[in-house]
Amino acid sequence: MAETAASGGAWRWLIAGEWRAFPVRFLVAGLAIAIGVALAFAVHVINRSAADAFGEAVRSVSGEADLQIRGASTLGFDEGLYPKLIALDGVADASPVVQFRASLGEKGAPITLLGLDIFRVLAVSPSLLGRRQDASAEGRTSTRPTGVDAALDLDALYLSRTAMSRNGLRFGQRVQVRVGARAHIFTVAGDLPGVGDGQAVGMIDISAAQWRFDRLGKLDRVDLKLAKGSSPGAVRQAVEAVLPASARLTDAEGESRRGDSLSRAYRVNLDMLALVALLTGGFLVYSAQSLSVTRRMQQFALLRTLGMQKSALTAQLLGEGAVLGIIGSIAGLALGYLIAGAALKFVGGDLGGGYFGDASPELQFAPTAAMLFLAFGIATAVAGSYAPARQAAGIAPAEALKTAGDPIDPRVSPRWLPAFVLVVAGGAFAFLPAVNRLPLFGYLAVALVLSGGVAAMPWLARTLLKPLARIDTRLPSVELALQRLLGSPSQAATALGGIVASTGLMIAMAVMVTSFRGSVDDWLESFLSADLYVAAASNEALFDAETQKRLAGAPGVAGIAFSKSVPVTLNPELPSVLLVVRPVGGPGYALPLIEEAQGRRAGIRLWLSEPAARLYGVRAGDGFELPVGAERAKGYVAGIWRDYARQQGAIVIDTRDYVALTGDAVRSEAAIELAPGASVAAVRTAIEDRLPPGLAGRVDFVEPGVLRVRALALFDRSFAITYVLEAIAILIGLAGVAATISAQTIARIREFGMLRHIGMTWWQIVAMLATEGALLGLIGIAAGCAVGLALSQILIHVINPQSFNWTMETRIPWTLMLSVAAALIITSAGTAVLAGRRAVSRDAVRAVSEDW
Amino acid sequence: MRDQVLRLTALSKSLPGGRRLFDGLDLALGAGEHVAIRGESGVGKSTLLNIVAGLDTADKGEVVVAGRAFAGLDEAARTALRRDAIGFVFQAFHILPHLDLARNVAFPLVLQNAPRAAALARAGEMLDAVGLGDRRRSYPKELSGGELQRVAIARALVHEPALILADEPTGNLDPETARQIIALLGRAVKERGAAMLLVTHSPMAAATADRQLLLTPKGLVSADG
Repeated sequence: MAETAASGGAWRWLIAGEWRAFPVRFLVAGLAIAIGVALAFAVHVINRSAADAFGEAVRSVSGEADLQIRGASTLGFDEGLYPKLIALDGVADASPVVQFRASLGEKGAPITLLGLDIFRVLAVSPSLLGRRQDASAEGRTSTRPTGVDAALDLDALYLSRTAMSRNGLRFGQRVQVRVGARAHIFTVAGDLPGVGDGQAVGMIDISAAQWRFDRLGKLDRVDLKLAKGSSPGAVRQAVEAVLPASARLTDAEGESRRGDSLSRAYRVNLDMLALVALLTGGFLVYSAQSLSVTRRMQQFALLRTLGMQKSALTAQLLGEGAVLGIIGSIAGLALGYLIAGAALKFVGGDLGGGYFGDASPELQFAPTAAMLFLAFGIATAVAGSYAPARQAAGIAPAEALKTAGDPIDPRVSPRWLPAFVLVVAGGAFAFLPAVNRLPLFGYLAVALVLSGGVAAMPWLARTLLKPLARIDTRLPSVELALQRLLGSPSQAATALGGIVASTGLMIAMAVMVTSFRGSVDDWLESFLSADLYVAAASNEALFDAETQKRLAGAPGVAGIAFSKSVPVTLNPELPSVLLVVRPVGGPGYALPLIEEAQGRRAGIRLWLSEPAARLYGVRAGDGFELPVGAERAKGYVAGIWRDYARQQGAIVIDTRDYVALTGDAVRSEAAIELAPGASVAAVRTAIEDRLPPGLAGRVDFVEPGVLRVRALALFDRSFAITYVLEAIAILIGLAGVAATISAQTIARIREFGMLRHIGMTWWQIVAMLATEGALLGLIGIAAGCAVGLALSQILIHVINPQSFNWTMETRIPWTLMLSVAAALIITSAGTAVLAGRRAVSRDAVRAVSEDW
Repeated sequence: MRDQVLRLTALSKSLPGGRRLFDGLDLALGAGEHVAIRGESGVGKSTLLNIVAGLDTADKGEVVVAGRAFAGLDEAARTALRRDAIGFVFQAFHILPHLDLARNVAFPLVLQNAPRAAALARAGEMLDAVGLGDRRRSYPKELSGGELQRVAIARALVHEPALILADEPTGNLDPETARQIIALLGRAVKERGAAMLLVTHSPMAAATADRQLLLTPKGLVSADG
């Protein structure tokens, strides 16, 4: 007990003394942990806030139904299903719903418009119930419930607070509600108190909705309330038995999960990048502690001689790491919360990924996650201190008291086997499939290959330097630099490890992003083959058969192909795929095929995008069914095409097949091929002249070049946060390299003093340090490039396909790689020289002469 | 008189605070002559050695080593003079931990641009001379304090300098090892005809010198009284 107390006292003295003596080194290490924790926590808080907002949006339009029947596509299902559902045993009540994407006024912000039966809503999902507001008492809550007269008011529109404020509307005001090509004037009769803030939702009577917006006989959803005491399992079974192919059974939780699953891989990837920053911070702790141990070797030997136990010494160094971790992590959590707040405000909840639509997330503190990241930060710092602590505890006191030397014997060739095993294990894990649609083994492979690269450094450095050292350069600076790197393998390996880790990650990310961007560019080039595209502003179905005929006859139009995208649910656990309806082989719609079925088969031909094929596990030639039309449409996969735009998957169906299945002839987009000599401007004017009144202002004309620029800008935006995280990880890595080299240099002040005594000039010592730094940089870069290229292949061929279901071809960013190489060599050589200039000053002479 | 290796004439030096260390100090050493300087701590022994090595400058007076005066030489020339004409033996040995013994000893020759093979061969001879011929490939951490000081002696003499500056070469050693080292140093230096300026607190070490001097604020006085 007394010994523990005494050790505790000594421990505090030693930590305080060390930190007072070298505050900057520990500040940098603590800061690295803080930045790592801050990034990881910020990304998590942002993702959580955004996902919660998305879930809230889903719940806002879903109410509190026990179960929901939803259309398998936006075409909905026949309302004849409703009486069958309400008649089922265990179903207490059922509320039919039609749902649209609508706009208010000419240029109003889009809202989700629900058509509901007020009497049914009251029983099944009362949170969707409108509350009548008196026009003269605007702003005050009416105590009058929505009565029968109000319920039967077919022109009454109830809006959520957000929908009203976004569109600048007030109670009693008349407003045009537009759905696709149809519009009708409604009166803002009240609000929707059960819909949360940030959700733009509107509600009208279901019959008005079906009548006004061309949905007669169709429903999009039926909400079910189960009878008390009924078994949900049994009801589910009964419902499944009566469901047509065009409808599916789900609940609000399931819908949230589906939305969540779309962005999950993106979020997990961001989490991983943030954790990389944290791990780089851990490496900085390792580097600071290793140097501190090397420098204090004699101090530790003295302590051991004076009776300090091995375990106490280990505990001291682990304790130093833990204190560093605690301080860094707490600072990191605070910083992360601030970053998350700023990012939500300025970048948005999806961090540029474009996953959450118009959901407006609010910053939410995540106490469990905070504790988790606090623990991560501390664990990382302690782990970074573990190897140095073991090294310190393993000191033979008598030997260490004599002279400091490298703990590794320079004459013994370092072992390559551990590094080899790590790399091979990493390679093997890269071949394993995704776990729950996440590339967990891919991440493990990255970690193993990176560790293997770092572990290979002592062996690689010796293998590369040994032949160089055989050359008699007759240059003392070069000779001594080579001998120092060969003679201090563990110190060289510490510095090299940092360079390899940061370069490897940097190059891996750069290769992956360059490959991705290049592949997207190529894909856009082949995909956008028309001269002009016309699209409804908010993807509404605007072009009916009559309009299509008129536009096809416009002067200057050689060919025109109309299309539309219909979300279709194939698997209730996955987001809807987009069924792209278009004339296959029509103008402007080239399909960049990567696989094609051999020969024609029976059934409808479907062309699946690469993500759709991977998500649903099919190949060209396989049979495939679509829940479109009264029966399930049977077909086969005629080809698989490259697509980077729709992560949830897309399926192309020929217009004729689609019309035969559904009868739906309304389209939302058109691709135009110009007649020889026709100008884009003239054709655009001709098209605008032929659009029905009111539609001209609601379509966009885009040339392929502009579309391509827009798409690449979107790409860059979605990668912006990736670039930022990568840059921070790199900067931490470079700071680590600089700190390691500078600390090693400063620790050698007596050596420089002795060299000055025996006749080495100031310039020769600086040249020696520059050579050491440059050699370290070169070896580090060479190894970093090799590791980076290996990691990039895991990112390109494992993590990307398993996360996002698309593949790409490798492209090497040579210019960037050369710049990075130059930057790293300059950083390592420059740091060594800068630190050396200080160390080779007059202090060096004094350092040697202090015993005179 | 034997060839003069070191001549200090009317050296004066004050510290930045104004305290005068010595004033009008004179000293001459001939080839093969050993002089031991003793003095209390803080009296200026280290400053004197720095001035002799051209690493510090006197306020007044002249330092001539191997016939060349430091005054008027630029930094590069002073370094070259030190490299060619002076060998150092330090109290704390200062053997480079990342070089094996042969390379540590050969390093002064490498600095003189000698071919590596020749430098290593010569270093081997020097290690033989100090009794460590079979340890050429060893690293400093494997050696005892006495052995490290032997390496330092070999390094100091490998390029056959005219002057050896030895700072408390026995300060970190036990009495028996100290006796052996001081005997080896004296013998090796004598054999090569070099002069040696030895700073020491040890009466035993000082006693091996041809002359014993005491450094005082007034200059160097004979320690024999």
